[in-house]
Amino acid sequence: MKRLLLGDEAIALGAINAGLSGVYAYPGTPSTEITEFIQTNATARQRNIHSRWCTNEKTAMEAALGMSFMGKRALVCMKHVGLNVCADPFVNSGMTGVNGGVVVLVADDPSMHSSQDEQDSRFYGKFAMLPTFEPSSQQEAYDMMAAAFDYSEAQCLPVLMRVTTRMAHSRAVVQCADTPRQENALNHDAKAANWVLLPANARRRNDIVTAQQTRLEADAAASPFNSYLSPAAVSAVSPAGPAAVPAVSPAAVPAASPAGPAAVPAASPAAVPAASPAGSPAVSPKPYPLGIIASGIAFNYVCEAFPGGCPFPVLKVSQYPLPKALVQRMAAESESIIVVEEGQPFIEEQVRGVLPTTTTIKGRLTGELPRTGELTPDSVAKALGAAPYKELQLDADTESVVAARPPQLCQGCGHRDVYTALNQVLAEYDNPRVFGDIGCYTLGFLPPYKAIHSCVDMGASITMAKGAADAGQWPAVAIIGDSTFTHSGMTGLLDAINENADITVIISDNLTTAMTGGQDSAGTNKFEAICRGLGVEPEHLHVVVPLPKNMPEITDIMRREINYHGVSVIIPRRECIQTFKRHAKAKKA
Amino acid sequence: MKTDIILCGVGGQGILSIATIIGQAAMDADLYIKQAEVHGMSQRGGDVQSNLRISSTPIASDLIPRGKADVIISMEPMEALRYIPYLAPEGWVITSTAPFVNIPNYPDADKLKQALQALPNIVAIDIEQIAKDNGIPRSANMVLLGAAQQALRIDADKLRQAISTVFARKGEDIVNANLKAFDLGGQAATR
Repeated sequence: MKRLLLGDEAIALGAINAGLSGVYAYPGTPSTEITEFIQTNATARQRNIHSRWCTNEKTAMEAALGMSFMGKRALVCMKHVGLNVCADPFVNSGMTGVNGGVVVLVADDPSMHSSQDEQDSRFYGKFAMLPTFEPSSQQEAYDMMAAAFDYSEAQCLPVLMRVTTRMAHSRAVVQCADTPRQENALNHDAKAANWVLLPANARRRNDIVTAQQTRLEADAAASPFNSYLSPAAVSAVSPAGPAAVPAVSPAAVPAASPAGPAAVPAASPAAVPAASPAGSPAVSPKPYPLGIIASGIAFNYVCEAFPGGCPFPVLKVSQYPLPKALVQRMAAESESIIVVEEGQPFIEEQVRGVLPTTTTIKGRLTGELPRTGELTPDSVAKALGAAPYKELQLDADTESVVAARPPQLCQGCGHRDVYTALNQVLAEYDNPRVFGDIGCYTLGFLPPYKAIHSCVDMGASITMAKGAADAGQWPAVAIIGDSTFTHSGMTGLLDAINENADITVIISDNLTTAMTGGQDSAGTNKFEAICRGLGVEPEHLHVVVPLPKNMPEITDIMRREINYHGVSVIIPRRECIQTFKRHAKAKKA
Repeated sequence: MKTDIILCGVGGQGILSIATIIGQAAMDADLYIKQAEVHGMSQRGGDVQSNLRISSTPIASDLIPRGKADVIISMEPMEALRYIPYLAPEGWVITSTAPFVNIPNYPDADKLKQALQALPNIVAIDIEQIAKDNGIPRSANMVLLGAAQQALRIDADKLRQAISTVFARKGEDIVNANLKAFDLGGQAATR
């Protein structure tokens, strides 16, 4: 069956067709659509595949491990910074290993289209010693899901699958299976000793997983997702996606030995005539002036740069650990090497460790490619010396007519009224500080509100306000959304309550996870109970409706609670204008 | 056959439904497609764009290189100008003339008009007025698609079929309104 799918949707369908039993996720751009696809997919509904949103990435990762412990296949999805939140279970999942297959799908956001940093998740994969997959096309993303679950079970390790924005949010036609694989049966046979990370068990597992790395690298060298393409082959392979490439089956994997990948023999005399074997003079010219290592979607930009076929050998990397044997082969036949990768110089730094320092290695670290930000077909073409396309030349100055149009809070959004009230009240104080958080309301930093002074990570508003109050700051106000509060704000509020910190917390509740498109929010209808349960005094807990007509009441409460020297919580509650419109439309239909 | 298209506008203007129709038509015609979208924060009233590439041969990059776009389809006149560096010298710009003013420094109307008129191949029409005058105010984006049909190099019939397919679940009235909008756009472009 052929379907036009977003990369995220291809991943979701690939997982369902691979016998998935549960997806565990917290929304985050650009990963959100994976779980949303599974929530509405007919097979997933019929099989009752778990797809409800989790409170945060840590609870998601742990639930997935629990499902795996019982023998079933689980998928965990998040954006890159979500991996920081679940770093503890993620890293330790390498120590426990898995029973049912686990794929941890992390969507990185280079250039920070909708994020606060551009960290590269592949480092986490290496850090946790886990095999890492990085698809280069939507088709490959689909195919990789079955391969990743099989491989996870064959190696008894979770597989990290890393995608980036342009893979997650780009559509292409994908050839997919008509019938999904059956789910795994419930299986209680997982060895408890692996799952109890007491030091004695953990030391044993650490030795096993560390020793396993050689095998993982050999498998990567033999993987159908990695390929060493000689110049003639590059144009022929590329972009349509490796539809013909069979998925890695557990049976096939053991065939690869550390000694040398069977499928891709190291530089043989036949393949590379100029790099002659023994007996030749010490200085033999290498056949190619340049070799290209390209990972994930960077491979597509390399192909785009040479529409008539690439004149250089290309090592396409879509499975890690980095296969050093293939890198060495490239060095043997290329005068210099350029590494083209989306994100941070992950491969580039490793290649420097693999090859003698006399080899010329180019990439993001040496300035041929930009050190930060997303790659583009233009930046890659330039780095490879391909000629740019002719651009339209105009006499008129078009550029100066175009003004920047930054995102902003929607007309009719309740956060607007909250900021209007807050600004009005805080104008009465000297040096107030407002600690913001992650969500639509971060846009309150921009004009016309200019209302917040910080935004670091999920939940930091409350704890930072507390730290500032500890330092003597007053007023110290935290503003946090409903979904962010349950994600990571509750524990910080308990810290503040236990010390009766002099802070005012505003939980701007729009009844949804709005920034990512309106997903269910874990705490809806529970906020007053949560705050009371944590110990907020009832007389310092208020709910208001953020509308212009209620301004006098809202400002009065804010003023009173700022003047109260202890923890107070104000909950302005009004539905997100986007979900409100959607609900109204659905009701009409 | 290969057409590289940049769709642009302001978050919420409905450029993605234009992309969906073109994508459907291209898939029905057995063409290769790549369509990069922008989701998340930038959708909140900021500038949005989608790179849509269709071709009879495999497509490598999801993004269009500078100087390579055959068509820019814009729901907003200033937004059309933002992507001019991506336009091929012989490329076309198909744009709505109705400004969406949600920033304090929106350019002066005359300057904007001059900049648009300086483009060698441009179709600029007031799609919202056309849609309103014909009693289909919610189908302005399909007027724009109709106006872009020739530049897209996809059969008008294939696009009409795709409109019927994509809007089918919303009922016959909606399908007909959108087909009418598409035809009106085609007429406006050739006038």
